[in-house]
Amino acid sequence: MSTSIPIHRRWRSRLGILPGFGLSLGITVTWLSVLVLIPLAALFIHASGLGLSGLWAKLSTPRVIHAFQVTFGVSLVAAVVNLVFGLLTAWVLVRYRFPGRRFFDAIVDLPFALPTAVAGISLTALFAPNGWIGGWLDPSGLVLGVRPTDQALWQWYDYLRFEVNYTQFGIGVALTFIGLPFVIRTVQPVLEEISKDTEEAAACLGANRWQIIFRVILPELLPAIITGFALAFARAIGEYGSVVFISGSKYLQTEIVPHLIIIKLEEYDYQGATALGAAMLVVSFIMLLTVNFLQRWAERRAGDRP
Amino acid sequence: MSGAPVGHGALGAPPPQRAGLSEPRWVRWLLIGIVLTFLSTFLLLPLAVVFHEAFRKGIEVYFKALTEPVALAAIKLTLIAAFIALVANTIFGVAAAWLVTRFRFPGKSILLSLIDLPFAISPVIAGLVFVLIFGAQGWAGGRPIAFIWPALWWVTTIGAIAWVIYGIWAWFTIARPGWLWWVGLAALALAILIENGPVLAWYSSLFNEVFQPLVTADGKRQIATIADWLASEHDLPVIFATPGIALATAFVTFPFVARELIPVMQSVGQEEEQAAMSLGAGGWTIFWRITIPNVKWGLLYGLILCNARAMGEFGAVSVVSGHIRGQTNTMPLHIEILFNEYQFASAFAIASLLAGLALVTLVIKTVIEHRLSRQVGKAL
Repeated sequence: MSTSIPIHRRWRSRLGILPGFGLSLGITVTWLSVLVLIPLAALFIHASGLGLSGLWAKLSTPRVIHAFQVTFGVSLVAAVVNLVFGLLTAWVLVRYRFPGRRFFDAIVDLPFALPTAVAGISLTALFAPNGWIGGWLDPSGLVLGVRPTDQALWQWYDYLRFEVNYTQFGIGVALTFIGLPFVIRTVQPVLEEISKDTEEAAACLGANRWQIIFRVILPELLPAIITGFALAFARAIGEYGSVVFISGSKYLQTEIVPHLIIIKLEEYDYQGATALGAAMLVVSFIMLLTVNFLQRWAERRAGDRP
Repeated sequence: MSGAPVGHGALGAPPPQRAGLSEPRWVRWLLIGIVLTFLSTFLLLPLAVVFHEAFRKGIEVYFKALTEPVALAAIKLTLIAAFIALVANTIFGVAAAWLVTRFRFPGKSILLSLIDLPFAISPVIAGLVFVLIFGAQGWAGGRPIAFIWPALWWVTTIGAIAWVIYGIWAWFTIARPGWLWWVGLAALALAILIENGPVLAWYSSLFNEVFQPLVTADGKRQIATIADWLASEHDLPVIFATPGIALATAFVTFPFVARELIPVMQSVGQEEEQAAMSLGAGGWTIFWRITIPNVKWGLLYGLILCNARAMGEFGAVSVVSGHIRGQTNTMPLHIEILFNEYQFASAFAIASLLAGLALVTLVIKTVIEHRLSRQVGKAL
């Protein structure tokens, strides 16, 4: 009986009854292919034209290796900073009531809305030696009031001075800025969902506050925390606009991979740019798969709870 | 404070819950203090710096920076590119949301991951891929016309392979492929045949035609390559021109509308649409009269997020633009040039426009979130 029904009829009943499947499938797949899939395939086909040894030759230069180290290292540090402060921020925004809470809750999304170039120049201005924060990190302004004229004092000055702009610390500041909302926005809804009952039950059973936080609340938040961390890390790896101003892109010091791709393109080294782009794309795919896996894990854990 | 337990300590013993259910007051205020300091340092100060630096040299300098012809050209180009990206991604987003939320079909989760792909990719790579296709060294050799036949060939060939695999899979899982599948297969086979015959012939004759005017009577080439000739006479430049900027912007903002619309359409459900259908309404009537009014806030939410990102995109556009002042510079690229030339007041003046846009976006976003949470519970 079932084999006698033509496939398109059987399909319709499985699909759902509303019209427009063909049209919406067509638009979606065409747009996706033209705008995203074919261009990305182009990158891989160009890269495969180089061959494995060619790719390796392009990727194993000291400059590229250093750029990868800086990109991944600083992104990791920035993601960890965001993890700690994001968790704290989510906790404070959900659990405590204080004046300005709604305002700060809304402003958390600023790094999503503010163009990266604007963030880049404003952070650079902020941390410049004459900037609002940079001035405080420069002891000549803080302790001496003026920059030292004496040679001996200069040595102390150089020793004490803490520069942000054009250092890896500066890159970290920019990456912390753009990754800031991720952990907060993934942890916040989960934290709101945790009922007070569980905590009260734990307290009734004699747990103290630390035990409740570390044994009851944090395990519940763990999938969300790791997802937010992975999202912030993935975003930081690819970030270009906010970093390029504050890093200064010093050779073998503060060059990041995305900027190196642009440098290669400006030097007409298309093969080098292709190799770097393909490597970054592979990393992005791995990150995307990881995040997808983590989100499913989180959903499954959330589904287990009553 | 809220959350203080009541009804305790009749005998004067310290209530055990109190220690367990909330932190001491000093810890609470310490945590609030740390968080507010962190948020102020990283969010409020950068925002304040933009406006402070923009107005530091006075209001005249500010308006002069904004009304420069080069700045106006940058603003115009930004608006054009954002508009194109917005239209393209809205059509896509609505179609994708309809597809994903109204139908059940295999491969849905893969499709959802693919829609999210541009978020995971560095904007610089988004620019790079278009340079590799349309750039001087790319597939199209800088001339999209050279791209048509190979693209057609690849799409149909891969399409045919996918079609056959899908048919075999369906044979084993659902039912024997119906006539529609065989028609599709025949069409694809025919397309491949035509492409390898007549289309290839047309394509090579096009190239032969193109070769003719390049050779003068004494057999010398007038122009170095076909590519030069096509570029000068017959083709639409993509890289270092508006189409490339629009393409890169559309790539980067690709998932926004779809992503915000999908959860809203999911939570609205399809009962109303099914009811309309049973009363005899056609597909477009259902869409315009029921779906769109139901999801308008979700759509607007996606649009403003998409717009904010499109106008502010820097990395992807920077790769494809070529930085020609007054022609291919968008606002963020104009900011970069001004900043690198130490024209800080002008740079921050343009930046203040974009920062204002970000603030407006945040306000609208907060308002819509409020409405959405009333409409569909916790959709977002």
